[in-house]
Order: sequence, then structure tokens, then C-alpha cells
Amino acid sequence: MRITCPICGERDRREFYYKGDALALNRPGTDGGEKAWDDYLHMRDNPAGETRDLWFHEAGCSAWIVVTRNTVTHEILATELASKVKESAI
Amino acid sequence: MGFSGWRVIKEGLTGNRGWKPQWRDAAPKKDYDVLIIGGGGHGLATAYYLAKEHGITNVAVLEKGHLGSGNIGRNTTLVRSNYMMPGNSEFYSHSLKLWEGLSQELNYNVMHSPRGQIVLNHSDAQRDGAVRRGNAMINRGDEAELLTRDDVRRMVPYLNFDSARFPIYGGLLQRRAGTARHDAVAWGYARAADERGVDLVQNCEVTGIDMKNGKVTGVQTTRGVIRAPKIAVVVAGRSSQVAAMAGMRLPIESHVLQAFVTEGLKPCIDHVISFGMGHFYISQSDKGGLVFGGNLDFYASYASRGNLPMKEHVMEAAMTLMPMIGKAKVLRSWGGIMDMTPDGSPIIDRTLIDGLYLNCGWCYGGFKAVPASGYGFAHLLATDQHHATASKFRLDRFRSGRGLMDEEATGSQHNLH
Repeated sequence: MRITCPICGERDRREFYYKGDALALNRPGTDGGEKAWDDYLHMRDNPAGETRDLWFHEAGCSAWIVVTRNTVTHEILATELASKVKESAI
Repeated sequence: MGFSGWRVIKEGLTGNRGWKPQWRDAAPKKDYDVLIIGGGGHGLATAYYLAKEHGITNVAVLEKGHLGSGNIGRNTTLVRSNYMMPGNSEFYSHSLKLWEGLSQELNYNVMHSPRGQIVLNHSDAQRDGAVRRGNAMINRGDEAELLTRDDVRRMVPYLNFDSARFPIYGGLLQRRAGTARHDAVAWGYARAADERGVDLVQNCEVTGIDMKNGKVTGVQTTRGVIRAPKIAVVVAGRSSQVAAMAGMRLPIESHVLQAFVTEGLKPCIDHVISFGMGHFYISQSDKGGLVFGGNLDFYASYASRGNLPMKEHVMEAAMTLMPMIGKAKVLRSWGGIMDMTPDGSPIIDRTLIDGLYLNCGWCYGGFKAVPASGYGFAHLLATDQHHATASKFRLDRFRSGRGLMDEEATGSQHNLH
């Protein structure tokens, strides 16, 4: 599996640390309540097919990257900087 | 009809014409008392214990493919109970006791082989951990032996004892641990459940769960509508998909775990051996192949196959621990879909939907759990009470934070187990 870092280009999977579902970008506030925190920390859609997850280019440029990929085929469909995703969400 | 030595001789002398299929290929009826979704090890064991322990036989097991076509046929066959945390401890202890009588219980040779498992330690801290774990096992009534470096050397002299990076300090031995024949467990439970009247329905994929006023009423399947007041979901890596049919999300991420087997070799590895540094464990199958595995690939996947970096890592660990296997040729590798929970421990519980029960989250350790999982889940389905040995696998422990069972002490978070 090779992942295209938006900064460094296509790189070996070993350079990246896997964080998990990209919902990690949507951290609830401290007053978000028990359910919001449970959903954020534990509950997952866990799709068989297209998913968005968060990877860290640990052995490269240290960018956090939102990777859109297929969990059944391991195909990487798109990658974008997590910082860009956060900015466009605001 | 039962299996016996006499039967084998008689059939051998009469051209083996007397063997019959070992279970009916049942067509689904319209109504059952209990539906079990998933015809793998855990589902079939649940069906068997429902019939045997609770007399509930109006039961169907619905399997989308053929029986035993999931993780029960794709694992590394280890059976052990070296768990320490309350909740896990009594459960796996119970499971190992069930394994020990399983061939007799089912009249089916599951080839349970208690050859002993040695978990190696490579530092003072790891040895302290082994003492603590061994004491926990002894305190609950099981056995454990602390091995010195010389003890280990006498038992398995071919390990690399003087590795500069990971010297072997000793090991923790559980003599009753070992292996079993993975497929035979599924087939044995299937045959025994079928004999007691359970319908095993194959090629029957559940496509929807019907509910009315917060209660389940039945399921939609590729073979029509089937009604039942109780539905048990036992679908391992596919748990999230089936739960979604009932509008639920689960604290589960499905990951890939790889395993490997070499060409058949003459007997050389008599035990199950687990490396204490880096995730690697190995045993030798009765056919002679070295069966070994390592850690998850560590990303969500339903591909049933892994990537090369983890293969390389496992091979490196193998060569670090036992250089002698370097010339063995790897015959094949495969991957299973693991239903990973945040704390690495399973879920056997009711849900908020009346009549819907859940058995999942076995992570990478479901095989050894099959008997006690079926036993405990059948008890829950029949009595609505948790069995004493499976009472702590609660679905709400993540939300509440109470009763988390983080056996590896890495934290209760999705990407840590």
C-alpha cells in the first residue's frame, strides 16, 4: 500500500502512522456531553468500502493527512492535508 | 450416528459406504424461537449449548456462505488461558476446561493438543510481569510455571538465547495450553447442534432486521422473511454491518490480521512459543507446517489480506527468535477480518433493542474463546442473565468507563490494540 502525501508525493505505507477514522478531526467540546464523547472516542461506522481516515506522515514531513480509501480493496482514492480539511470546515 | 474406532474399522471393511452427511442442509422455516446470525465457531457453539444446556431447539443458524467459512477456518488454532484481568480471567479459564472435554462432549475429534505454551521474557521487567501473570493464573485455580533461562534452554534449545538485543531471560509455561483443529471445532458443533434439531441454513444472507415498537420481530434474508422473538448477532468482522441493519453503531473497527504457514517439515517445534519482544508466535501443525503470526496491520480493512510491511516484520521476528527456520519456505499467508474493540476485550450482551443480542469484539483472540463464548451467549439468550464466567463483557463499558478490560495495558482507544 502506498499513500500519496500532498506534500511529499507517493510514499511507502511504512512512513505513516494510522490514527483511525477521520472523525478524530471533529472533537466535541468539553461540554459536549457523554453521548458526543462516546461517539467520538468509541463508536464507528466501520464501513466495508469507502472510508476517510487520518494518517500521520511520521517518517516524512509530519503532516496529518485525511486519506479517502477503500477498505475492501485497499485502493487509495484521495488524500488531502488535515489542516486544509479543518480550514474548509470552519 | 456416533463415531468410534469400531465404526472406522467396520466402514473400512465395507467400502466406506455407510458414512452420511454430518448435518442436514436445512431450508429455513417461517418461525423460530431464536435466530443466530452467523454460522462460524461462536454461532454454532451458541446453537449447540442453547439446545443442550437449555433445551431450546427451535433455533436456526443463518449463514451467508457455508458453515465455518469465516475466521474459524482462518486462524492459528491456539488454545490457552493465560489471561489476568477479572472478566477475561474466569472466562478463558472456563473455555480451556470446555476445550479439554470437547472431543468427548461432541463425539467429534477436535484434535485438541495440550502441548504447552511458552511465553518468553527478555528483561527483568518482563520477568516480573510473567510472575504476576502466573500468580494470577494459579490464584484462580489454573496452573502456570515460571521457567528459568536454563529451563527454557532444555525444552527448546534451538532458540537464539544470546541475541544481543533480545536475550531470553526465561518464560511462562502453561502446560494445558496448545492447539486444536480449527475446522473440526466448527464441524463438531454443527453436527451436534443439528442432531439436537437446530436448523443450519447456509447461503442465507441476512439483509435486514425487522423491528416493531422497539422489539425485534425477525429478519429479511436472501431466502425470505424469517420471524423470531430473539435474534443473536455473532458475525465477527461484519458486526458493524449487521448492527447497522438495526440502526446501531458499535464500538468496533474491523482490522486485518495476517497468518502464515510453511511447507510441511518433520516434527521440530513441540510447543506453542510466543516471542516476548515484537509480536510473534509459532506452533507446528500435525501436517508439519509451521503456523505463525504476528500483529495487526493496524489500519481498518475488510480485504482479508494484508500488506507486505507486516509480513516483513513477522519474518524478522521469526529470524530473531529462531534462526533455524530461515530456510523453511512459506507456503501461503492469509488475512482475517478482526472485530477490534477499544480495550481489546469482547462483547457478549443485550442491546437497547428488545430481543437483539450481541456477541462480537473478539479482536485477534476469538478461536480459544469459542466454547465459553457459545456457552455464555446461550445462557444469556435463554435466561436473559449473564453467565457467571461471561458477565463483564458489557456493551456500555466504553461509554461509562466502568469495567474496561485492557489486558495489554495499552489504553482503551481504537488504534492501540
